Amino acid sequence: MNTEKPKFVYVTLIKTTPEKLWTALTSPEFTRQYWMGTSIESDWKVGSHMVYRRNGEANVDGTVLKSEPPHLLSYTFRHLDEASKHEHPSRVTFEIELLPQGATVKLTVTHDEFPKDSTVNPKISGGWPIVLSGLKTLLETGRSLEITKTSCDEAKSGNS
Amino acid sequence: MDKVFKALADASRRKLLDDLCEKNGQTLGELCRHLDMTRQAVTKHLTILEAANLIATVWHGREKLHYLNPVPIHEISERWFSKYQHQHLQALGDLKNRLETNKKQKTHQ
Repeated sequence: MNTEKPKFVYVTLIKTTPEKLWTALTSPEFTRQYWMGTSIESDWKVGSHMVYRRNGEANVDGTVLKSEPPHLLSYTFRHLDEASKHEHPSRVTFEIELLPQGATVKLTVTHDEFPKDSTVNPKISGGWPIVLSGLKTLLETGRSLEITKTSCDEAKSGNS
Repeated sequence: MDKVFKALADASRRKLLDDLCEKNGQTLGELCRHLDMTRQAVTKHLTILEAANLIATVWHGREKLHYLNPVPIHEISERWFSKYQHQHLQALGDLKNRLETNKKQKTHQ
């Protein structure tokens, strides 16, 4: 068993349902809209292959470790660029929890099991908050940040 | 969003976030060692930061680990800056950092 501490933990609260959030994380039509144009493809069965494609080109791949819709998804994560593709893959886990009030879902993303001196670690550290903000905006407003003209439009329609 | 601004409007809580930025995933004990505050005060500040979603906690065996969660801060910046402005702001931030670091080095000499 791996006893190393997780490296990154991110949490976001989204006004949606666990089912919609699950779909947003696992269907390429959705992920393209908030994940910087990335299609994430798999049949999401344990042991299946998973791939991130941007402009048709695979840039991340992995194997599905856990798949319990709509609450738990975990896969290995390997960057496919020259510097990182021979490294041991890290692991990404998504936990989806409906809060007691019933209208808000808590999404916890844990990225861990990085090999020592990993080149992937600094690459991803700034990326998750961008992806998660985009995901929240898409699910709460139905619009993608990529095509939003100005951020002020977001603020006006925001919740606070 | 009110909770985020209230949580950030306190120097000790910002110091706690700085500490986690430096080293993510610390226990209460580790955080107390770096700060001139009672364990009780640190606990209180951590509760406020967690309620504002600026800190995420994970149980690792018997240890409760605290992680800096930058997602709400990113949402604040998304609200007022467009993607394109970010690049200019980044350049200004880099310039400020460089100038201020140089100044510090000079005064040390």
